[in-house]
Amino acid sequence: MSAPSKVDKVLENYSFAKRDKLIPILQDVQAADGFISKPAALKVAKHLDIPASKVYGVATFYNQFRFKPVGKYHIMICRGTACHVKGSAAVLKMCEEVLGIKAGDTTRDGLFSIEVVACIGACGLAPVISVNGEFHAKVNADKLRKLVEDFKAAENSNGK
Amino acid sequence: MKLTVNGHNVEAQAGETLLTVLRREGVHVPTLCHMEGMLPSGACRICVVEAEGQANLIPSCSFPAAEGMKILTNSPRVINARKTVVELLLGSHPDDCLYCAKQPACELNKLSRDYGVTSRRFPVARKKKPLDISSPSISRDPDKCILCGKCVRACEETQSVACIDFVKRGSDSFIGCAFDSSLNVSSCVNCGQCVNVCPTGALMEKSDIQPVMEALSDKEKYAVVQHAPSISVSLAEEFGLPAGTDVNGVMTAAFRKMGFKAVFDTSFAADLTIMEEASELAHRVKNGGALPMFTSCSPGWIKFVETFYPELLPNLSTCKSPQQMLGAMIKTYYARKHNIAPATIYSVSMMPCTAKKFEVTRPEMGREGCPDIDAVLTTRELAQLLRIHGIDLKALQPEQPDMPFGDRSTAGKLFGASGGVMEAALRTAHFLLTGKELGALKVEAVRGQAGIKEARLKIGALEVGVAAVSGLGNARKLAEEIKNGRKDLHFIEVMTCPGGCINGGGQPFARNKTAIIERMKALYAIDAAEKLRTSHANKAVQALYKDFLGKPLGEKSHHLLHTKYARRKAADIV
Repeated sequence: MSAPSKVDKVLENYSFAKRDKLIPILQDVQAADGFISKPAALKVAKHLDIPASKVYGVATFYNQFRFKPVGKYHIMICRGTACHVKGSAAVLKMCEEVLGIKAGDTTRDGLFSIEVVACIGACGLAPVISVNGEFHAKVNADKLRKLVEDFKAAENSNGK
Repeated sequence: MKLTVNGHNVEAQAGETLLTVLRREGVHVPTLCHMEGMLPSGACRICVVEAEGQANLIPSCSFPAAEGMKILTNSPRVINARKTVVELLLGSHPDDCLYCAKQPACELNKLSRDYGVTSRRFPVARKKKPLDISSPSISRDPDKCILCGKCVRACEETQSVACIDFVKRGSDSFIGCAFDSSLNVSSCVNCGQCVNVCPTGALMEKSDIQPVMEALSDKEKYAVVQHAPSISVSLAEEFGLPAGTDVNGVMTAAFRKMGFKAVFDTSFAADLTIMEEASELAHRVKNGGALPMFTSCSPGWIKFVETFYPELLPNLSTCKSPQQMLGAMIKTYYARKHNIAPATIYSVSMMPCTAKKFEVTRPEMGREGCPDIDAVLTTRELAQLLRIHGIDLKALQPEQPDMPFGDRSTAGKLFGASGGVMEAALRTAHFLLTGKELGALKVEAVRGQAGIKEARLKIGALEVGVAAVSGLGNARKLAEEIKNGRKDLHFIEVMTCPGGCINGGGQPFARNKTAIIERMKALYAIDAAEKLRTSHANKAVQALYKDFLGKPLGEKSHHLLHTKYARRKAADIV
């Protein structure tokens, strides 16, 4: 037997759990793994004795669950009403162009990922994005490009 | 309690839904998501009615009847709402109805006509999701899906397979497998019960008509056909005849008209199966083999055990299904007898079943790269094949099938209904073990529509416990009991579809359960009317053993009539 994975550890906290614990388990799995992987979803299904189609159905119902690993820099772009009025659609488009990925994806080098969120709750800073939980206010094309360049530069100097 | 419907007084029982009451009173209310005998889901809202004192229209499928209700089922408000529901469903629906394989059985199309929808009122950009044609049995067209959820419920609640579910949310939602995988790599057992309940063309059998047509016109090919026991009592419905009409003789004539060189009856092979299976059971009982023994005629059930209950694989009878036994006999014994190269034979089987299309692709079902069966058509496809050939069943004279695989007992014919394999097997097992016929032959306890039927009976000194289950949800219940140590059963018949092959995933779309019951009755009527009622008394089967096979469970049987199973992986199971 291989060493217990992070998912196994999560499931240890849910012995004898029934299907009503599906969402809390998925949240814990995502917190541990960063996303819901296929093997993890299968383990959860087996643990709760429910079909994997059910797990996938529930997980895809909610925006909070991801099915791809997030990047080292996880960019959340607020698409709430205030940010929308202040041009967040353009911010999202720019972000996708600069990184060369669609929202929900992760760059091939694993550095960046984009997630669209409904409202971050910082409307005064609109349009706002958050990178790994750190907020960046009144974002525009130049700011965004600069931000990404800085992260890349930091990575390059780290690597050398 | 009393209520009024469109001004008429009506009686209802507490706990009944309005729909139940309305249907009993003969008041037509359309439904799309409603499933007979299941809890209502209330998803589609096409069944709305108006109730005095209620601000909103109410869904009759899920609304409980109450004392003093005043119901209107056809008020302008109701009709307008229903029409709008249809218009909304059609908003994103493809309009290629002329080319849709579901016609003329499409329920959405029928509602659109019934409510006079003549144009697209809500044009919505269609999300083009690709067809899923990965399965050898079922093709899925997500664009035609109206998200009624009946396939999901049939798969989960009836069959306990649950390989599909709603994925995503709101306008993004669709029906899919876990991880949006293709159907073929999921735990789908190919039973086609989802196809039977689908109101639109979103789920259909994978058509194999084209290769059959090509083989029929190919001078190099020797096309032969076999037809399953339940086909002759269901095909008629496709041509507007009452459910349960037996068209066996004229169907045989129709096969010859279409160019099949020989017409065989799968019921003959059912008799052959009984000889092997009853002998296998007797052998297991005498020699301490794995018991209870499960029947193995139903390919959906086999895949179910391989996927979900690998620990029960030793309990499956090693007998091939009648289709595969006959397929093997055609390409060996028949080919040799008539001096035909097996590779030039094109062996078609007409089945009530979508899982049979999968069964023929199993690599062990053939010899030297030559499959035992080349193509399987469902009853619905057979009807289409007849229409293509312009054949009118009513204009034909009945004909006899071809020997040596044409004669059958009524026991073999009973294979088409749940409990039939058991009844046939008991008749022969009794004879094999005691040398005497089973008294009245009829085993009432395993007849009828119940999902789990059990009986205890005496065969000589031996008391055996038998069960006949249909619908994989019921099979799962019994499988769990056996896993948990239940020991009083010796022999269990499992049919994948509720009621058996008469309700198979390839049968004519039945609007209600009455049609299924009529098909079952027709098989019992045949059994009651004819003289040859036991498999072991079938002279054609006896001759086959004498001439070719030797004896049941003999070496030739072992190679040609028996098979093996293996644990099966699926993308959605650990």
